[in-house]
Amino acid sequence: MFQMYYYLRDLSPTQQIGMLFVIVFGVLLLASVGAFLLSVREHADEARADFWRKELKSLDAMLRTSWLMVFVFWIGWALGDWVALTLFALVSFFALREFLTLSPTRLGDHRSLVLAFFAVLPVQYALVGGGYFDMFAVFIPVYVFLALPLASALANDPMRFLERSAKLQWGIMVCIYGMSHVPAILMLKFPGYEGRNAFMVFFLVAVVQVCMVTQHIAAQRMRRKPIAPAISQSFNWDSWGLGVLVGSLFGALLAGITPWVPGTAFAAAFIACSAGGLGHFVMKALKRDRGIPNWGAEGQSVTGAGGLLDRVDGLCFAAPVFFHSARWYFGV
Amino acid sequence: MQPMRAKIMSLFLLGLIRILTGSQARWHGCPPKAEQRIYFANHQSHADLVMIWAALPKELRSMTRAIAAKDYWTKTPFKQWLTTAVFNVIYVSRDRSSDEDPLEPLFEALDNGDSIILFPEGTRGFTGEPQPFKAGLYNLALKFPNVVLVPAWINNVQHVLPKGEVVPVPVLCSVTFGTPMQLGEGEDRRAFLERARAAVVALRDV
Repeated sequence: MFQMYYYLRDLSPTQQIGMLFVIVFGVLLLASVGAFLLSVREHADEARADFWRKELKSLDAMLRTSWLMVFVFWIGWALGDWVALTLFALVSFFALREFLTLSPTRLGDHRSLVLAFFAVLPVQYALVGGGYFDMFAVFIPVYVFLALPLASALANDPMRFLERSAKLQWGIMVCIYGMSHVPAILMLKFPGYEGRNAFMVFFLVAVVQVCMVTQHIAAQRMRRKPIAPAISQSFNWDSWGLGVLVGSLFGALLAGITPWVPGTAFAAAFIACSAGGLGHFVMKALKRDRGIPNWGAEGQSVTGAGGLLDRVDGLCFAAPVFFHSARWYFGV
Repeated sequence: MQPMRAKIMSLFLLGLIRILTGSQARWHGCPPKAEQRIYFANHQSHADLVMIWAALPKELRSMTRAIAAKDYWTKTPFKQWLTTAVFNVIYVSRDRSSDEDPLEPLFEALDNGDSIILFPEGTRGFTGEPQPFKAGLYNLALKFPNVVLVPAWINNVQHVLPKGEVVPVPVLCSVTFGTPMQLGEGEDRRAFLERARAAVVALRDV
C-alpha cells in the first residue's frame, strides 16, 4: 500500500495525470460493462423488470455524461490548455443556447444576444487564456451588465424590459461566467504545483459530480419531505447534506492529487459541493418558472435541447466559488 | 452530381445551421421515407427554407426541392447560385403578370418524381399564427392524388434571424413532421385548406 503511494508520488506530473486517466477510464469501463450485464439479465416478473429498466436508464444517462466529461478532459489535457479552453467555451455556447431557447427573448434583444454569443463569450475565455484574472473577474459583472441593457434599450422596445435584461444577464452569469471558472483553474499558479493544474480541475468536477449523484440517489431513496415542493419535489436538507458530506469526504480522499492536506481538501470540496447542490436547486426554480421539468428532457422538449445545462448547472455555480476560495487560500 | 463549390457550400451551411439551431427533426406521425411527398409548413423567416432542408435526412435532401419566390431569390447572382446549385429550389413568380400558371414549375417537378417543400401561406408571417393558406396546396393535391401530403411545423426560426438583421443568433430550433393527410373525396377547397392549416398548427404543441 505505502509502496504504491510512494511509487505514485515519485512519478512525474505528466505520468501521474496519465495514470489518473487510466484509472478513471478503467472504472468507467467496469461500470459500463456492469450496466450492460444488468441490462441483459432475465427477470422473473414484469414489474421488477420494469423497475430495473428505469433504474438502468438513468444510470445509463449518468454514465454517458461521465464518459463525455472524462473524454473532454482527456482531449483537453492531451492537446494543451488552449484546446481545453476552447472545449469549455463550446460547452458554454451550447448551454447558453439551451438557456436562451427556453427563456424566449423578444426581437429587440437580437443585438444583445449577438453580443453575448459572439463577443462576451470569446472575450471572457480569451481573458482566462491570457491569465488576466482581475479583468476576468469583473468583465461580465461590471462591463457586460452595463453594456448589454444599453444594446437592448437602443432597440426601442420597452416591453418587459427589466425581465428581458434579467434573463439575458442570468444566462450569461451561469453559462459563461460560471463555466469559464473551470478552465480558469488551469491557469492559476499554485506554489509548488506546476504542471498539475489539470488535477485541480478534475478534483472540482469529480467532487461536484459525486455530490450531485449522491444527492440524487439519496433524495430518491430517503423520500424526505421536500422543503419547497412547488420548486422541487426531491430537494431536502437531508439528502443535500448527505450529498455534500459524501462529496467532501471524496474530496479528502483525493487530497493526494491536490496541493492540500486532506483537511483542507475536505473544506475546499465542501465549499464547491454546497454551492453546486444549491445552484442546481436555484436552476430548478428557473426551470419551474419556464414550466419545464428539464432544460432538455428527451422526447418532451419542443426545442430538441440536449439537456446539457441539466448536467453542468451545479458545476457552473461551484466553479466560481471554488476558484476564488482557492485563489484566496494561496494568495495567487 | 453537385459541383465541388456547391458541395462545400452545402456542407458549410449544414454545419452552421447545426451549430446555430441544432436543426432537430422530430418525426411524429410518419417516418422519414423515400416516397414522393409534399411537405407543407409555416413560414416565418427566410431561414425556414434552409432549416427544413437541413432537418431532412441526407438521402431525402437530394430528392426534395423547396419552392422559393423568384423575385427575392434571384435578386443577386449569389442568391441565385445558392438556390440553384445548393438547394436546387423550384422558382415560382409571385407577380401575376405572365399568362403562365404560377404552379406550372411545381407540376413539372412533381411529374419528375421530386418531393417538394411548400409554404402555403405564400409570404412570411410575423404574428406567430400562420396566415390562411393559399389555394396552391389544394390544386397540387387535386392534380397529384398519389403524392403524400406531410404537414410540418418549424419552431423558433424567426428568433435566429429577425427581419432586417444580418448576424444570426444561436437558438435551438426544430422541425416537427406530422401525420400525412389526404384530400377527401369531393372535399371543398376552403375546408381542405383550413384542415391543412389546422394540421400544421396542431404540431406546435406536440
